Amino acid sequence: MRSSKIGYLTKEGFKSILTHGFMSFASVTIIVACLVIMGSFSLIAVNIGGLLDDVESQTEVVAYVEETFTEEQARALQPEIEYIANVQSCEFVPRQQAMEEYASMFDDQLFQDVGAEILRDRYVIHLADISLTGQTQAELENIIGVAWVRADLQVADALVSVRNVLSGVSLILIVVLVLVSVFIMANTVKLATLSRRDEIAIMKMVGASNWFIRFPFVVEGLVLGLLGGAMAFILEWGIYDVVANRIMNGFMGNLISVIPFANVSAVVMLIYMGVGLAVGVFGSSIAIRNYLEV
Amino acid sequence: MVLFENVSMTYPGGDLRAIDDMTFAIEDGEFVFLVGPSGSGKTSVIKLITGEVMAESGTLNVNGYDMRHIRRRKLPQVRRTIGVIFQDFRLIEDMTVYDNVAFAMHIVGASNRQIRQRVPYVLDLVGLSGRERRYPREVSGGEKQRVAVARAIVNSPRLLIADEPTGNLDPALSLELMLLMDRINDNESGTTVLVVTHEKELVNSFSKRVIAIEDGQVISDGMDGYYSYEIQ
Repeated sequence: MRSSKIGYLTKEGFKSILTHGFMSFASVTIIVACLVIMGSFSLIAVNIGGLLDDVESQTEVVAYVEETFTEEQARALQPEIEYIANVQSCEFVPRQQAMEEYASMFDDQLFQDVGAEILRDRYVIHLADISLTGQTQAELENIIGVAWVRADLQVADALVSVRNVLSGVSLILIVVLVLVSVFIMANTVKLATLSRRDEIAIMKMVGASNWFIRFPFVVEGLVLGLLGGAMAFILEWGIYDVVANRIMNGFMGNLISVIPFANVSAVVMLIYMGVGLAVGVFGSSIAIRNYLEV
Repeated sequence: MVLFENVSMTYPGGDLRAIDDMTFAIEDGEFVFLVGPSGSGKTSVIKLITGEVMAESGTLNVNGYDMRHIRRRKLPQVRRTIGVIFQDFRLIEDMTVYDNVAFAMHIVGASNRQIRQRVPYVLDLVGLSGRERRYPREVSGGEKQRVAVARAIVNSPRLLIADEPTGNLDPALSLELMLLMDRINDNESGTTVLVVTHEKELVNSFSKRVIAIEDGQVISDGMDGYYSYEIQ
């Protein structure tokens, strides 16, 4: 295709955005609305996921060492414990340190006549995947020198259930929202092209190739899609910051943390621009397909 | 040249043949009126020539293209050898008079320089100088039809088809348009002209060949320039 022709068709695409101002506005608005709704829900899911990560990372498993083991023997168990695949980190806590921690947590008087020898040396372990807590507990108990392992299986199971439900619900809602958005956007584009059915028929009659007719529509869709993506990104940023500030400055600020928008902005922008571009280009190409069969 | 040889065509889902074993030939440079009552198949003839519908049997040749076996992607090439004028003008409302004509040249890949030279010439030829920057809604019916004529001839087509071109015009403007078509036939590299109409007086005022059709068949083909067929 000659460059002058590409220039002409590109210009026609831009011109068409202005001459069909209302439909251009409607298309961009729909793209912005759908992206912001989908994006907001996804960001909520990401934040809840982050909170669950925090809770999970604080969940501990404690492996108590046999009473007969000296501190030196107890420390020697560390490589064996770390060898277990699901162990993310483990920290040795000698009985004396454990007693001091108890004393600091409770009334000092309560422990003044009690010696540290009533406690065992222990390992405080953090797991990589808490859904495998039961299995890891069994592997730890198989280590010679580990007397018993305290793992809160109920908490682990509850956290795993919450995460599974959240993932399932998020997935379903995002899929539904994507389908609804695609449906709305497809109809908006269809409506926009319906008004230009006659124009396409005239072009066909004069001998325009399908590509000649499609090119300005694709340019138009591309520009409107990118514009919609960019506007949705800016709007999302604003909404996110307002909501995040409210949460952090409110009573929940001490309980939970919100992921700063800057941490996810690059991904959000890429997705928004990508979805906007794809919807614009493919939406307009597909919508005029039927009118080209003349 | 347009050659119909035993051409038949039925619309998808239809029972009756819209075109039934039709045979006629239009040589290069001829001026022909195609007449017939509503439903006789006049529009179907145009659709067959422009490749909007395909014949199911017979031989159909338009400007050297075999329209029975032509591939869909080749249709734009055929259509670039044909100029079509419609009763309802079919102009693009968002384009100026100039742009409505120029875009037909962009379609065939003309350079901007060629377009700048040719479009004003053709607009002058049809009497639209000074109307270039107006939009179709800002010009009269007769002027709209002349824009359509300008668009149809700007690429110097070998065949010019006019489908009831005077349907929306008063008698004076109709005659003026026909004279313009006659001039195009005479001057513009001998463009072949096919005018589909049912306006008896208009046809009879020109001494041209008249093909009359009914029920998808040719019922008379006279070179005497007389519309002898009576519309039902």
